[in-house]
Amino acid sequence: MCNEHAYTRRIFLQKGLTMVSAAATVPYFIQSSAFGLTDPFDLLQTSSIAGKPQDRILVVVQLGGGNDGLNTVVPFGDDQYYRARPQLGIPANNVLRFGGGADGIGLHPNLTGLKELHDDGLLATVQGVGYPNPNRSHFTSMDIWHTANPQQPSGNGWIGRYFDNTCNGTPEPNAEIAIGREAPKAMMGDLNKPVSFETADLFRWIGEDLHNSLGEPYEEINRGGDRVEGVKAGTQLEFLTRTALNAQIASEQIRNAVRVRPLVEYPRNQLGQQLQMVGSMIRAELPTRVYYVTISGFDTHAGQAGSHANLMTQVGSALLAFLKDLKAQGNDGRVLTMTFSEFGRRVKQNASQGTDHGTAAPMFLLGPMVRPGVLGPHPSLTDLDQGDLKFGIDFRCIYAAILESWLKADSRKVLKGAFRPAVIFNKSV
Amino acid sequence: MPTATLKPLRPDAFGHWEANHLLRRAGFGGTPDQVRLLVEWGLDRSVDYLIKYREIPTEAIKPDDFRGDIMTPPSPEERLAYRKAQEAQDEVTLERLRRLRQERQRQDRQQVRAMQQWWLKRMIETPRPLEEKMTLFLHGHFATGYRTIENSYHMFLQNQMFRKYAVGNFAELCFQIIRDPAMLAFLDNNESHKRQPNENLARELMELFTLGEGNGYTENDIKEGARALTGYSFEGNEFLFREDFHDDGQKVIFGKRGTYNGDDFVRLILGRTQCSEFIALKLYRFFVNDLPGPVEPAVKTFILNLAREMRSNKYDLAPVLGTLFRSEHFYDEANIAAEIKSPVQLVVEAVRSLKTPILDLNILVDALELMGQDVFFPPSVKGWVGGRSWINTSTLFVRQNLLTHLLTGRLPSGFRGSSTRSKFDAMHLLAHLTKGSDGEYAQTEAVDFLLKSCLGAKPLEARRATLLEFADSNGGRVNNELIIGMLCLITAMPEYQLC
Repeated sequence: MCNEHAYTRRIFLQKGLTMVSAAATVPYFIQSSAFGLTDPFDLLQTSSIAGKPQDRILVVVQLGGGNDGLNTVVPFGDDQYYRARPQLGIPANNVLRFGGGADGIGLHPNLTGLKELHDDGLLATVQGVGYPNPNRSHFTSMDIWHTANPQQPSGNGWIGRYFDNTCNGTPEPNAEIAIGREAPKAMMGDLNKPVSFETADLFRWIGEDLHNSLGEPYEEINRGGDRVEGVKAGTQLEFLTRTALNAQIASEQIRNAVRVRPLVEYPRNQLGQQLQMVGSMIRAELPTRVYYVTISGFDTHAGQAGSHANLMTQVGSALLAFLKDLKAQGNDGRVLTMTFSEFGRRVKQNASQGTDHGTAAPMFLLGPMVRPGVLGPHPSLTDLDQGDLKFGIDFRCIYAAILESWLKADSRKVLKGAFRPAVIFNKSV
Repeated sequence: MPTATLKPLRPDAFGHWEANHLLRRAGFGGTPDQVRLLVEWGLDRSVDYLIKYREIPTEAIKPDDFRGDIMTPPSPEERLAYRKAQEAQDEVTLERLRRLRQERQRQDRQQVRAMQQWWLKRMIETPRPLEEKMTLFLHGHFATGYRTIENSYHMFLQNQMFRKYAVGNFAELCFQIIRDPAMLAFLDNNESHKRQPNENLARELMELFTLGEGNGYTENDIKEGARALTGYSFEGNEFLFREDFHDDGQKVIFGKRGTYNGDDFVRLILGRTQCSEFIALKLYRFFVNDLPGPVEPAVKTFILNLAREMRSNKYDLAPVLGTLFRSEHFYDEANIAAEIKSPVQLVVEAVRSLKTPILDLNILVDALELMGQDVFFPPSVKGWVGGRSWINTSTLFVRQNLLTHLLTGRLPSGFRGSSTRSKFDAMHLLAHLTKGSDGEYAQTEAVDFLLKSCLGAKPLEARRATLLEFADSNGGRVNNELIIGMLCLITAMPEYQLC
């Protein structure tokens, strides 16, 4: 039996179960004092990182499947749009026009929520976002957006690298939370991995309820981490033991947070429910810096009009409720929200009343800190690359701006290259 | 370091851990008795038993096990009625017809749910584990999702096709996949027309099903392949070649010119070395090691050797799998208990090896979804990524909780279903242990035996100590309650997730 194990048991006898959970994880936390966690034993606090109450938060909304940018931000002033999309084109009269409609673009008719945010100066619409030599495979292009590396889109994600770069070699549990089944690659760092779950109720072991003698051995088994003798570096077992430890810590904090009823009504759709959970966790002041939510269904190869319209309703209504909630909480100033999709869709509709995989598309940034309005020109519908839009701005310039201005990090380290930060924030940020 | 060659394992090296490994990887594990039997049989007979399963009788699947007429397209009369109602702006009739359609969709969703249970039950009960294991592999490989096609019977037909070709000929399966209604609907080829070919099937056929992304083809090959595949469609539950949709013009694929159709396109793909290499890699990841780190040169060479074996057997999978399951490489220490169990593996293996009662299939299917492997609903055409992507902090809890449920009947909130009192008799697991003179099992022996039966490799010393202390704190008598308690703890160990 190794020494750490003996130590754990001694502490347990002296101080009981709560302390055992802290003691067993000291090596992970002791350096967290650099972030203001002065007392490593005070783990069950649900407040934000001590000394940094105004910490900024990023919420990423992933639109999976390739959102049709041209039917999201609609170039209704361009006849070419209607020629390419005789059936799928949104009639000009239905478009929610930006300003007076003089620039010939506007939002999908179901994006009334976003239109309201636009009118309130809380929405930045960045047009024509993409990257060179676009890849039209869902998975590869999604990986490119997640890794921020079009040349070799494998390995770590950009958010994971951000945490790896700022954490002085010690992972911050709960720093990043993804709502959903799978932890997104974007949040995977070498050290830092996201907490992820679909419903907080499932986020604990039920065996402890069976008999009180099971709690202690369960803790020993799951809180040992990779320090248990015989666990070799780089193996699946090492990965599993670390994940088991992270699960124990995160479980306690998160279940407390989401029990609280939100201040505003959220729509009962998938995205609405996910953002409601994020809103609750922000309100509970978890020390989480990045939240990630995902909806899919945007791969509209056939019969696009109806399904895309429903998705637009969902996006608009959920984001509007979320921003209202943050305002009611008084947290709006510290939460930046960003939407993206792996690619847009081809300019021309196909024979199945749908659209095939394309390239550049708009991104939305939301919150009072963004430079409101429409940023960048709409991509040309005639100057195309193999039937697809040419991008106007590299997505890594958006990431760079978020990293530099919002998260106050060195974007060159995270993005492994220099990208000129896009001007997406108002001057005070 | 595993060997790069396909040479077989020495017969005398086939012991408990090797037999256990084979039974888990080529199937879904087994009881301590079954593992003992395999050791007794030896390597060759064990591998033959798993692969030549056609000799083993099993429950036949009949075409009418599920209804094939729920999602049939509207009849000419129905279509006419709908058109008339539309012209007359007869909202009442239109609403009634819409309701009928919705009712069918509801029934169909019920049927796909029943199919999920049916398949899971089959995997748990089958006397031919490799047949179901390969069917699962092919489902993940040619991943088709119900949510997109909304036709449960087409999913059923596809599932039967995978079972038919499970250890059959992969090339023949590829010719069938471009005729499969579920696949044609899923990748939108059913409406692909020579005027506007839909590239979806052609792209995924090469990227995900046969060659691997960017592995020896160009964007132009995709466009030309899409032309070759135009007209490959279906009507009702049958393949249909729509001659008027098909582009019979000249195409250039892989630099070769011809008036290729979809079958020619598949033939050209199968002729590429990259195809056998990609399939060998996929089989390796599924059966041997999911390769979380960089691939060692010896492993790479082994996969290339396996690919050569596949080419010389003209894509016949039985001899290839036979070579794989006999190889020394397969049993190398680096590959034993080196994979993370898929959710299906976790559930099916637990029930098969521990013989826990199946309390409610609904709950098991629900748990599969929460753990990220909702069968018939793969997350995308890429299938399930597997490996570390199965595990995050939350799926780990679902995994632990599901095992606790199987052992005790307890249920966490969030599942559809309710707690039941389990009637699990765990004492049967110890049937071959000898009792002491006091008529009781010795604690240490029971702990060691349970760890050996549940885990894929030698247990960590710390776990043994934890279990012994747990037994002590409960009075030490080895009874049904104590065994169940110990099994709850063993199945909550991080290493229990390994296969």
